[in-house]
Amino acid sequence: MNKIILECKNLKKYFETPYGLLHAVDDISFTINEGQTLGIVGESGCGKSTLGRTILQLLMPTSGEVIFEGDHVEGKNKKEMLPYRREMQIIFQDPYSSLDPRMTVSQLIAQPLKIHKVYKDKNEMEARVSELMDTVGLADRYVNMYPHELDGGRRQRIGIARALALNPKFIVCDEPVSSLDVSIQAQVLNLMMDLQDNLGFTYLFITHNLSVVKHISDYIGVMYLGKMVEKCPSDMLFERPLHPYTQGLLKAIPVPSLGYKDKITNALKGEISSPVNPKPGCRFAPRCPEATEICTSEDPKFMEVESDHFVACHNWDK
Amino acid sequence: MEKTSENILEIKNLHIEYHSDGEIVRAVNGIDLNIRKGESLGLVGETGAGKSTTALAILNMLPKYTAEISQGEILLKGENVLKMKEKDLRKVRGSKASIIFQDPMTSLNPVYKVGYQIEEVLRQHSTKKMSNEEYRDEVGRILEMVGIPGSRQDEYPHQFSGGMKQRVMIAIAIACRPELLIADEPTTALDVTIQAQVLDMMRELKKEINSSVLLITHDLGVVASFCDSVAIMYAGEIVEYGTLEDIFDPEHKHHPYTDGLFGSIPNLIVKTDRLNPINGLMPDPTDLPKGCKFHPRCPVSTEACRNGDIPVAVDGTHKIKCILMKNMRKRNE
Repeated sequence: MNKIILECKNLKKYFETPYGLLHAVDDISFTINEGQTLGIVGESGCGKSTLGRTILQLLMPTSGEVIFEGDHVEGKNKKEMLPYRREMQIIFQDPYSSLDPRMTVSQLIAQPLKIHKVYKDKNEMEARVSELMDTVGLADRYVNMYPHELDGGRRQRIGIARALALNPKFIVCDEPVSSLDVSIQAQVLNLMMDLQDNLGFTYLFITHNLSVVKHISDYIGVMYLGKMVEKCPSDMLFERPLHPYTQGLLKAIPVPSLGYKDKITNALKGEISSPVNPKPGCRFAPRCPEATEICTSEDPKFMEVESDHFVACHNWDK
Repeated sequence: MEKTSENILEIKNLHIEYHSDGEIVRAVNGIDLNIRKGESLGLVGETGAGKSTTALAILNMLPKYTAEISQGEILLKGENVLKMKEKDLRKVRGSKASIIFQDPMTSLNPVYKVGYQIEEVLRQHSTKKMSNEEYRDEVGRILEMVGIPGSRQDEYPHQFSGGMKQRVMIAIAIACRPELLIADEPTTALDVTIQAQVLDMMRELKKEINSSVLLITHDLGVVASFCDSVAIMYAGEIVEYGTLEDIFDPEHKHHPYTDGLFGSIPNLIVKTDRLNPINGLMPDPTDLPKGCKFHPRCPVSTEACRNGDIPVAVDGTHKIKCILMKNMRKRNE
């Protein structure tokens, strides 16, 4: 069970902009074990989606390594990646724009099977499509419908069915429930967890919703401006957050219970700064309530400060 | 709670329909709401529950040719806004009641400076006549109130981040110190740390200008941190209504839909293996079920739920529109 399925080493993705280099993903390293879920949380613009796409080589990394089941996949082109696509899939964020409006549900789900020429026989393929629809909880009657005829929850199920079609081992889930209403969100989350239990998937689960990430993840990595600032088992993060950003983030979540009315949250001040040509030192320093001199001059290292608990902060123990 | 004289807003038996392609979309089906002076009411529900339609109706801003208010009245400080002439409505909008729209990215005009967009409200609705200089000062002061340096009034919306744009939207809404502030999902598009900043700021502002707030949201956490009372909306009806304590106390009885909403949120404090979501989907508003609108998805529905009128059970301030609540008592009694 403790087999490492994916490893990222010093992964970087920079974008060139007219104003300089945009550090979207900056020197991120982590591993995921088979069958586990690593949740990636962070606010908009922290680079979490870029991270997911860079791992899958949908965006070419600027430098660093991505090792999937022992094979280096970084820098592989489309053709070289094809065999890996069967193993590594993605569920996209927006079920409205990520489905071709001119394809029916069955065509959409069959598309990955066709690309990878899985079935020669048409009937076999149809059987697989209806099996997949059944797995994700889409009724048979939708088979010839177009995406615009379906609501967000059902469209997201098509996205999930497409990702499952090739029996992958590893799935990047890029905010798969963010655009859904809570009652539908809960249905989709339950589905994803059941699928993991039954089929043994490994997820990289990207989201900005901390309660969702806590619910689904074994480990959580917190990102801020392209850097991973903290990573540890899910429960530990909520019990003993060490990075000031994680602490601020947790404090900012509105809790749906009594006793929180008009409680001043002491919210983190300021906003995420520009990821273009970032200043030296800790990226969080300008907003950090505990920043000291060293924070603005030296990059904090991402260190294991206690068993299984990584943090990038100069003052974590103060 | 029911004392009329104090009520800023009273909605009585409001029904709203949209007409399209020969179909009738029943968006709001007989809701009653009251907001007293200084009170914050949270209106909670999922997409399509009729929350935003209700908000627009309060300022009589529903699309003219498709929407029809078929029944009911909306009293803003005792005056029925649905019977007002357009000329009089303009005096109400922005000054007595104003609205913060959901999406700050599209609600601001990209070709005007933000200062101008705030000034416009003052010029249209403020009773005070001011010189151009005084307008500038006033706009600067309003921007400071929402935490933006007054000097930034000469910038354009694209120069602001999402959180800042939402603050500008709030600045526009509070410019004339309205007695009722309608906030339609004011923080939904924002990140959590920015959401916390905006909520903290709205709390301060509320204290300062002592306005009543109708907060429309789908986030129960936001409601718990901000509101005095809560109305849960489903398919155009209010299924549960009461004080914050009535709705959030797990000891109380609740509408099955409210239970479903709470069961759908992953809990940060208690570890749960599985969520208990509501099965099924929202009903089609052109073809709403008979009887209780929630019965097709309700885990405890009975034959009686399928037909006829559903009575509202009342226990003090707590109201539940459910047939199974005939004698409302605490759950564990």
